[in-house]
Amino acid sequence: MYAVFKRELFSLLNSLMAYITIGVFLLVSGLLLWFFPDTSILEYGYAELNGFFSLTPFLFMFLIPAITMRSFAEERREGTYILLASRPLTEWQIILGKYFACLTLILFALLPTLLYYYAITQLGMPKGNIDGGAVAGSYIGLLLLGSAFAAIGIFASSITKNQVIAFAVAVFLSFIAYSGFDALSKIFAFDKLEDVFAWLSINEHFLSMSRGVLDTRDLVYFSTFILLFLGSTRLVIGGRKW
Amino acid sequence: MSIEVEGLSKTYGQQKAVDNISFKAVPGKILGFLGPNGAGKSTTMRMLTGYLQPTAGKASLGKFDTQLQSLEMRRILGYLPENTPLYTDMYVKEFLNFVANTYQLSQVESKVKDVIARVGLGAEQHKKIVMLSKGYKQRVGLAQAIIHDPEILIFDEPTTGLDPNQLTDIRELIKSLGKNKTIVLSTHIMQEVEALCDQVVIINKGKIVADSSLGGLKEKHQTDSLEDIFRSLTN
Repeated sequence: MYAVFKRELFSLLNSLMAYITIGVFLLVSGLLLWFFPDTSILEYGYAELNGFFSLTPFLFMFLIPAITMRSFAEERREGTYILLASRPLTEWQIILGKYFACLTLILFALLPTLLYYYAITQLGMPKGNIDGGAVAGSYIGLLLLGSAFAAIGIFASSITKNQVIAFAVAVFLSFIAYSGFDALSKIFAFDKLEDVFAWLSINEHFLSMSRGVLDTRDLVYFSTFILLFLGSTRLVIGGRKW
Repeated sequence: MSIEVEGLSKTYGQQKAVDNISFKAVPGKILGFLGPNGAGKSTTMRMLTGYLQPTAGKASLGKFDTQLQSLEMRRILGYLPENTPLYTDMYVKEFLNFVANTYQLSQVESKVKDVIARVGLGAEQHKKIVMLSKGYKQRVGLAQAIIHDPEILIFDEPTTGLDPNQLTDIRELIKSLGKNKTIVLSTHIMQEVEALCDQVVIINKGKIVADSSLGGLKEKHQTDSLEDIFRSLTN
């Protein structure tokens, strides 16, 4: 698995795509948090990062599919998948190698934002007056949310030869998983379905983590979600109609 | 280690791509796998590598069944797929390193160096694969198939698009590999079969129409021209 992981990561880092998506992510989040008056923390006046944590899932919705879209779609188009399939590698090793390479890149995108946290602790009045637990919980939540989106992205990439389709499908599925179920639970308010849809929504579990509480129910939700999509990828790859 | 194929079939929907074929390839004798386009050559080879699941029948490489012991089987197999797909964004050395690592080989550096010398990639080893000419890409394809010193080699049209000089080099290489390994190669070039192969299997529309030694085939059809034999069997 390590060989696949290393190759994927190097090839992501060798492509301009990775730098552009990470750059755009940092630029947009930086602008919105520090410069644009409507969303700026400085205008807002409270030493907290809530704005950042509610904004990032929407940026991830586009950033992560852009990172994952090539993983299987390109292999299919170029016919290179057979190079992997004829090696002593299991399908899971191939899928996880690619998956973790994408996760590493997401981590690279998130790391620089720790600077925001540092800035806020310095700007707080008194200094360091920020809810560290909530921030830590939110970061873990963001990572899990990123992992869930990446699993969707890998799956979307496995079902098509076309990277643009993979991107569009991944954005759509991520959006449904994040906001769609939320909306459905509101439509079915005062109904039994309300709880079901609320439970299915990524947003619900992400919010619960950003309160700084690591609940096993949320962890189980995210692991199930990721396994479901990676498992579906395994089915598509194993079916090998290409 | 030999390749044994027994009653292998592959059906796509209604169409039988490969229909109940059986043959055997042994070490030291290069087997030429011939047939017109669409006869089922690549499908058969893909089933031998475990990439495709047969609809019926079985195949084994050495003592490993291609389906039941797929992972072990892939360790002793070197495969050059049709059209030589490669990760073109990688450098030659980087790519071969990656391939060696998927087998978890020891002394990767020296093995990569050896294989580069063996296939004659020395001058191009620092280039990106996308920059290479067709002949050199083909050599990279061969290098990735033999880097782990496999007992069994399957080459799907290894010499398409090569110039006469490259052709001679690659044939020499295949011939030297064939001395103690089991090789199955498919080709459309009859001179190549004459130059390389000891045994010939011809398939047409998914069925085997000839399976014998090169000499035996000529004797049976009482002609020296392999092209005539091929045409009479597959038309």
